[in-house]
Amino acid sequence: MFGYYLDLALHSLTRNKVLGALMVLAIAVGIGACMTTLTVLHVLSGDPLPGKSGKLYYPQIDPQDARGMMPGTLAPEQVTLIDGMNLLRAKRADRQALMAGGAVPIQPGSSSLDPFYVEARYTSADFFAMFDTPFLYGRGWTGADDEAHARDVVITRQLNDKVFDGADSTGRSLRLGGITFRVVGVLDSWRPNPHFYDLTTGSYNYYEQAFLPLQTALELHFAKNGSNDCWGNGTGGVEGNAYPSATCVWLQFWVELDSAAKAAAYRQFLVHNSEEQKALGRFQRAPNVQLRNLMQWLDYNRVVPGDVRLQAWLAFGFLLVCLVNTVGLMLAKFLRRSGELSVRRALGASRRALFAQLLTESGVIGIAGGAGGLLLSLFGLWMVRHRASDYASLAHLDPAMLLVTFALAIGASLLAGILPAWRACHVAPALQLKSH
Amino acid sequence: MELRPILSTLRRHKVTACLLILEIALTCAIVCNAVFLIGQRLQRMDMPSGIAEHELVQIQLGHIGKSPDAKAQTETDLAALRQIAGVRQVGVVEELPFSYGGSSNSGLMLDPHQQQPTVNVSQYMGQNILPTLGVRLVAGRDFGPGEYVDLDTAMAALKTGDTKGLPQTMIVTRALAERMWPGKDPLGQTAYVGKDIALRVIGVVASLARPNMLRMGPQYSVMWPIHMTLADGASYVLRTAPQDREAVIKAAVAKLKQLDPNRVVVTKRTYDEARREFFASDRAMAGILVGVIVALLTVTALGIVGLASFWVGQRRRTIGVRRALGATRGDILRYFQTENFLLATFGIVLGMALAYGINLFLMTHYELPRLPGIYFPVGALALWAIGQLAVLGPALRAAAVPPVVATRSV
Repeated sequence: MFGYYLDLALHSLTRNKVLGALMVLAIAVGIGACMTTLTVLHVLSGDPLPGKSGKLYYPQIDPQDARGMMPGTLAPEQVTLIDGMNLLRAKRADRQALMAGGAVPIQPGSSSLDPFYVEARYTSADFFAMFDTPFLYGRGWTGADDEAHARDVVITRQLNDKVFDGADSTGRSLRLGGITFRVVGVLDSWRPNPHFYDLTTGSYNYYEQAFLPLQTALELHFAKNGSNDCWGNGTGGVEGNAYPSATCVWLQFWVELDSAAKAAAYRQFLVHNSEEQKALGRFQRAPNVQLRNLMQWLDYNRVVPGDVRLQAWLAFGFLLVCLVNTVGLMLAKFLRRSGELSVRRALGASRRALFAQLLTESGVIGIAGGAGGLLLSLFGLWMVRHRASDYASLAHLDPAMLLVTFALAIGASLLAGILPAWRACHVAPALQLKSH
Repeated sequence: MELRPILSTLRRHKVTACLLILEIALTCAIVCNAVFLIGQRLQRMDMPSGIAEHELVQIQLGHIGKSPDAKAQTETDLAALRQIAGVRQVGVVEELPFSYGGSSNSGLMLDPHQQQPTVNVSQYMGQNILPTLGVRLVAGRDFGPGEYVDLDTAMAALKTGDTKGLPQTMIVTRALAERMWPGKDPLGQTAYVGKDIALRVIGVVASLARPNMLRMGPQYSVMWPIHMTLADGASYVLRTAPQDREAVIKAAVAKLKQLDPNRVVVTKRTYDEARREFFASDRAMAGILVGVIVALLTVTALGIVGLASFWVGQRRRTIGVRRALGATRGDILRYFQTENFLLATFGIVLGMALAYGINLFLMTHYELPRLPGIYFPVGALALWAIGQLAVLGPALRAAAVPPVVATRSV
């Protein structure tokens, strides 16, 4: 029976080409717009570390002075160097890493390459294990290397290709800002998006190419990137010249806690730590502690740009108009065929059969519209990729979104078909037949 | 034109008429808000920076390896850059208006014991800023050579708490002066930053936008007399005639590399490029909104054409009868046009209410201002026009129905 309905639907679509094309086009344009924006939204709000993100937490404490203190004041979004080092050395979490962004000049050994700057991350030993970074060669450095201010560096595959022609470079030396470092590891392609561990350097499409121990970088006065917030007479410092003063927060501190119980215990530890610091006179405020996990942290920071959300709303509004339009056109189309439908009724087809036939027809329109919408959203994403935004290059359709496209198209067209089909199959057959 | 027959016909096609009204209402609501959003973006892109935008180029260098005496280097560089043909002014600036990257901001207070700062400002530091950027002084004077302090000295002074090493004066924008000291002469007034650092106003400029964080007030900027060097992350800014900019960039980069080959160019661009990059997302959004408006109006117009054609087809016999009874072609044409006008009007009225609702939603979620009343007629006019245009084709076809149709059965 379904095959017959399909046949009828195709026949009917080709009989009135203009109306059929209008309906397919309306669905296609609406779906295309929706899927383009939804894909961008999906890519940007994705989990950068699936499977691991639930165990990663971003502790916040409040070392600010008493001035301007109000109940409910938010804790700073980064930590001071002193607090960061204290928390790092306390080792109260399963893993912990303190970090800051920066830029280092690379002087390749071969004279054919000019010196160039790369983005760098100054961090501590646990960074690699905590974020599950894939290693192509070698490994990260150790906690002992951190304390010894070792001249160790982990580079990315991209930098390794450029400087060492892709060879296993572990153990070889690399000059950074006039200092000789030893390459201890090469990361395979690792590009978490959003750049969750430090949102101050840009949320998307920001990749470091060199990772070195934080204490080494501080000792060598390597330039820092990112933002800082100061209070009292604190100054943010200047890149490459001085680091922010003690009353500034400018580092990110991450911990890995394997269970909810450990997370609760760690929160307690943070409160105790704040109380202790207050007793010592370093902190002036009552403990103001936050412990958000990775996805909560991204949410809190509203990493998905407002424009992207707005575009998604716009696209849904547009799809709604397209749907209302399709409902109207389908109604016109089905009612125009009242005569034909009455004949079928008179010949014994039940209302349900007619309804099924008409819905099949709207489903066919949905599939055609979905195919058109897919092409349009591929085109839309291509346009997004050519825009000048930091997330542009991430806009690609994945298999999940491909399925969503067709589901949305068919669902939408069936929804649009219900009212017209219901109206059309309730036409009184006798009246229609008589009038003809 | 008699409206009653039209209304009674529409009552017999309630569902279709309602659908059309709904479509027009949704389109009208979205178009009103989209036009408003475009207006907002254009306004943002059009914000004045207060500087001689088309005459500036920016060059930033990074040093590889041990950097020499940064201060001496800066003096040498500046002297050399001034010699380049076409260069009118040379300055060192940490940041420029409307540019991404960092910005230095601080809370300005009227009283050093205030709990909350009065206003958050961005500070511009560096040398020779006023003449290089072409900022217009409206009262007071520029910094004298004796007022400048070196950044290192200022930082050291902050650490020791010795106020001597800190700048004592500042230049503010007119907008900031009015915010801080409304109705008073800002010259000679004192404001405080940090714990208790006092800064006296010696000059007021007409306008100088902050680099970013525009939500804090785009014109709330100050200038501090602090010497910067490239090692502090500052850039060289050169002022020249608009047509000489490219040549000046090339000559300046060559000169700087010749002075010290151990440097890498981090940034070299005209200010126009910097500004375009800053507003790129606004331009893109405005473009998308225009696209959405066009697409929406097209879809709605096609929907009207489709439904009107259906109605004309359905009413061929009635039209024939009317024609046979003496109605002219003009009468039939006007009938369909009036019908569409009525439907569009219902849709627009509903659309206005919807537009207001959407605006309320946007206000709470996207920090947008209230939709001004002026935007409502825009949507209304657009939909009336689109409706009339769309219905014209089917209405002309209806008018062409010959009276003889009435005499034929089917």
